[in-house]
Order: sequence, then structure tokens, then C-alpha cells
Amino acid sequence: MEPLSNKRKLIESKPLNFLERAYLPAIAQGLAITMKHFFRKPVTISYPEEKREYSENFRGLHSLKRDENGKERCTACGLCALSCPAEAITMIAAERQKGEEHLYREEKYAAVYEINMLRCIFCGLCEEACPKEAIYLDGPHVESDYLRKDFIYGKDKLVEAPLNQ
Amino acid sequence: MEVADIVIKFVLIVIIFAISLVVAMYSTYAERKIAAFFQDRIGPNRAGPWGILQPLADGGKMFLKEEIIPTNASPFLFIAGPSLAILTACIGSAVIPWGQTITIGTHVVPLQVTDINVGILYIFGVVSLGVYGVMIGGWASNNKYSLLGAIRAASQNISYEISMGLSIIALLMVTGTLSLKEIAEQQHGWHWNVLYQPVGFILFIVCAFAETNRTPFDLPECETELVGGYHTEYSSMKLGFYLFAEYINMFISSAVMATLYWGGYNYPGMDWVLAHTGPTIAPLLGVAVMFTKVFLFIFFFMWVRWTIPRFRYDQLMDLGWKILIPLAIANIIATGIWITFIK
Repeated sequence: MEPLSNKRKLIESKPLNFLERAYLPAIAQGLAITMKHFFRKPVTISYPEEKREYSENFRGLHSLKRDENGKERCTACGLCALSCPAEAITMIAAERQKGEEHLYREEKYAAVYEINMLRCIFCGLCEEACPKEAIYLDGPHVESDYLRKDFIYGKDKLVEAPLNQ
Repeated sequence: MEVADIVIKFVLIVIIFAISLVVAMYSTYAERKIAAFFQDRIGPNRAGPWGILQPLADGGKMFLKEEIIPTNASPFLFIAGPSLAILTACIGSAVIPWGQTITIGTHVVPLQVTDINVGILYIFGVVSLGVYGVMIGGWASNNKYSLLGAIRAASQNISYEISMGLSIIALLMVTGTLSLKEIAEQQHGWHWNVLYQPVGFILFIVCAFAETNRTPFDLPECETELVGGYHTEYSSMKLGFYLFAEYINMFISSAVMATLYWGGYNYPGMDWVLAHTGPTIAPLLGVAVMFTKVFLFIFFFMWVRWTIPRFRYDQLMDLGWKILIPLAIANIIATGIWITFIK
């Protein structure tokens, strides 16, 4: 057949010589290779005790940020929920009452803010959409659990710990 | 025979039995750990420190699993298969000399259950019975994979037994006895038989791999082709017995190889040790040497398993009939010439 391209390569297959047919030299060679690996350091990371370092731009668990005075930044505008391609975010907005100024930065805040971690694809569009710099995907990865309902993370898990005075 | 002798024999049997079971148990752990090291992994490390309780956990799991006997299986033979496999695996250790005679107080105790003068033939008989466990189990399962595995086991074991026997004949020409005890005694110090029979030893170890169904000759159970081979239908402790029998067989064949070719309990400088430590401590050192050799052989079995891929069936038969048997016969002739003209 005419060669269709110039990439054709003729492969020579020589009959095995005596040493190759005797198996044993090849087996000894193989044993030497595996023995080299025997003394090599294991590549395993024993996960729960030892954690792999995340890369700089790793997108993990969401956290709702507080400002420098410890007030929640989120104003429940809903842009994150709107931008979410997986429709994982739901929220219920509420008006800030008198005496709650130290808790919330704006007059409106999210009374309920839930992310379904089974739906979330960790694309990071919510943090891009947020005008208040309130949500960041800067946590570790989502831990395993037994029930689906336990993967809907509320504010108790998402909001950053309050500032220590 | 005095009562004390009977008690001592009984204790010896119990100890050897217990040791072979414990060694088999921890071989499963060692296999997984060594496999891990060969593959740059860590291996089981959750049950107990470094995972040393893993065999107990596995054994407990095996006992608690549901016992399934397939509807169309022959129930008697289905149970007889694993029983026979474990039985033949366990009785092989009876003729192996674990050490010299040891003096405890006034008693002189041989560290061997029984020294029959046809020890090697006994081992061969037990080994050839071992295949019946696999065959019966594979046939009784009424499953085509099991049957194929059983057929492979039968043909493979019969083919390799021939060259194993022939390689032993050359050894017997050198030693002039069938008793394992005498063979061990002849190898006093460093006069190990492997120095006189290197080809015979290579033949023997290749055949030992085939007889114990270890990689590269694990065709009877090869999971890539036959699901689980002869034990496809087995569950619970019956499966456990099959796996266990394989490890006991490995232990026994390591002990046989150490005794026949690598000097058994003998080591260079043993006379000096005997003169300096007395007749109680020195034989124990010999036992330790024997077990070191056995463990090295077990390690070698595992090392090979994680290095070499499995033979194809026709390659296996080619190797057995066209290479090993002629080589063994040539070895016999060469040994004969060597004994007649040079020695």
C-alpha cells in the first residue's frame, strides 16, 4: 500500500536470543527494579492525619466575610444566587433592626443563607459577582457526611468566626 | 515410649502447628505490606500500630461473612474441597527438621515431629494430594470458571511435579538418603546442597512456585480471566481456608527448600557456637537460622509475585514440558558424570 503519510515507521522484530528466551536474566532485572522501589519513600499522604497543601488559587468551602469591625458584609442582594450556574445558593433577606448595627454592615442582611454543597460546582462565579466582597471560596474542601440534608450549609457553618476583641 | 516422650511430642506438634498457622496468618499481612512497599505505598496501617492486627480483623471478617452454598453445587464435595486443601497444607510440616536435637534438663528432644526414612516422598505425597482440594472445590462449585480453574490447577500441578521430582533425583544422588533429617545433617556448617546443585535448586524453586499456585503460575485463580478461578463460588471461612492453605503451602515449601538446598538449621560457625553456649541454646539458634531462611524464602515468593506478570497457559505448559523436564534430566546426567569421574 502507498504510504498515506511520511510518519510510517518500519518495526523490526528480531527473534529472541538465548538469554532472552531463558527468562531468568529478565526476571533478575525486574526483581532489581522492584527492589529499588522497595526502599523508596512512599508517595502516600495519609489523609486525615496529614493534609495535602492546597494551591494558592484553590476554590474550596465558601466563607461569608466580616469587615474590619466584625460586621457581616453580606447585604443579601442576591447577585451570587443569580450568578450561580448550579442554583446552589438560596437566601432570605431581612431588615436590620435598631441595636443590630454592630452585627450587620448595611441596612439589609441575609437572615438565612444556604449553600447546597452537593449542587455547588465550586466555579467561583459567586465571589466574582459579589459587590460587597462578602463571599470567598477560600476554605478547605467539603467534608464527607451521611445524609443529603447535612450538605446544605447554613450561616452557622459559612459565616467567619467573629473577631476577637 | 515413656509418657514424658509422648507429652514432649504432643507439645512439639502443637507448637509447630501453631507456628505454621501464625506464620500463614501474618503472611497475609506481610504480603499486603510488602506489596505496598514495592509499589511506593504504605499498606494497611489502621488496625493496631502499623496495622499488625489486620490479620485478626480479616479473620474475624471471614468468620462473620454469610456462608453461601450454591443451589446446584454438590454440598458434600463443596465443603470437602477447602477442608482437604487446609488439611494437606497442615500435615506437610511433620517431617521437616526445625533444628538439631535439643537438651532440656536430662531429656534429649529432636526438633522434628517424626523422622521417617522416606521424608521427601512423604512431602511429595502431601503436595500431590493438595491439588485434590482445589480440584474438588472447583468441580463441586458447578461453575464454569471454577471448573476451568480446577482443570488448570490439575494440569499445572501434575506437569510441574514431574520436573520437581526429577530435580530432587539429582539431589538424592548427591545426598544418598531420602530422610530430611540426614539431608540436613549432611549440610553441616556451610556445605549447603545449593553449592552442589545450583541448577537443581533453580528447577526446584520454579516448580515450588507452580505447586503453590503463586504468581507467575497463579493460573488456577487468575482474576483477570476466571473471576476467582476455583474459589469463585466460595464465601466466608471456606474461602478463608483456601487462601490460608495457599499461605501455609508457601511456608512449608519455603521450609522444604531451606532444608533441602540451603542447609536448614546449619550455618557457618555452628560448632564454635555449640562449644561456647551448650546443647540447649545452640539448637535454638539453629532454629532461628532455619526460620530466617524460611522467612527470606517467603519474602522472595512475595517479591516475585509483585514483579512478574502471569504466564499464558500455553507458555506455562511449554516451560514445564519443553524446558524444565529436559533441563532436569540433563541435570541428572551431569550430576551422575560429576559423581562418577570428579568426586
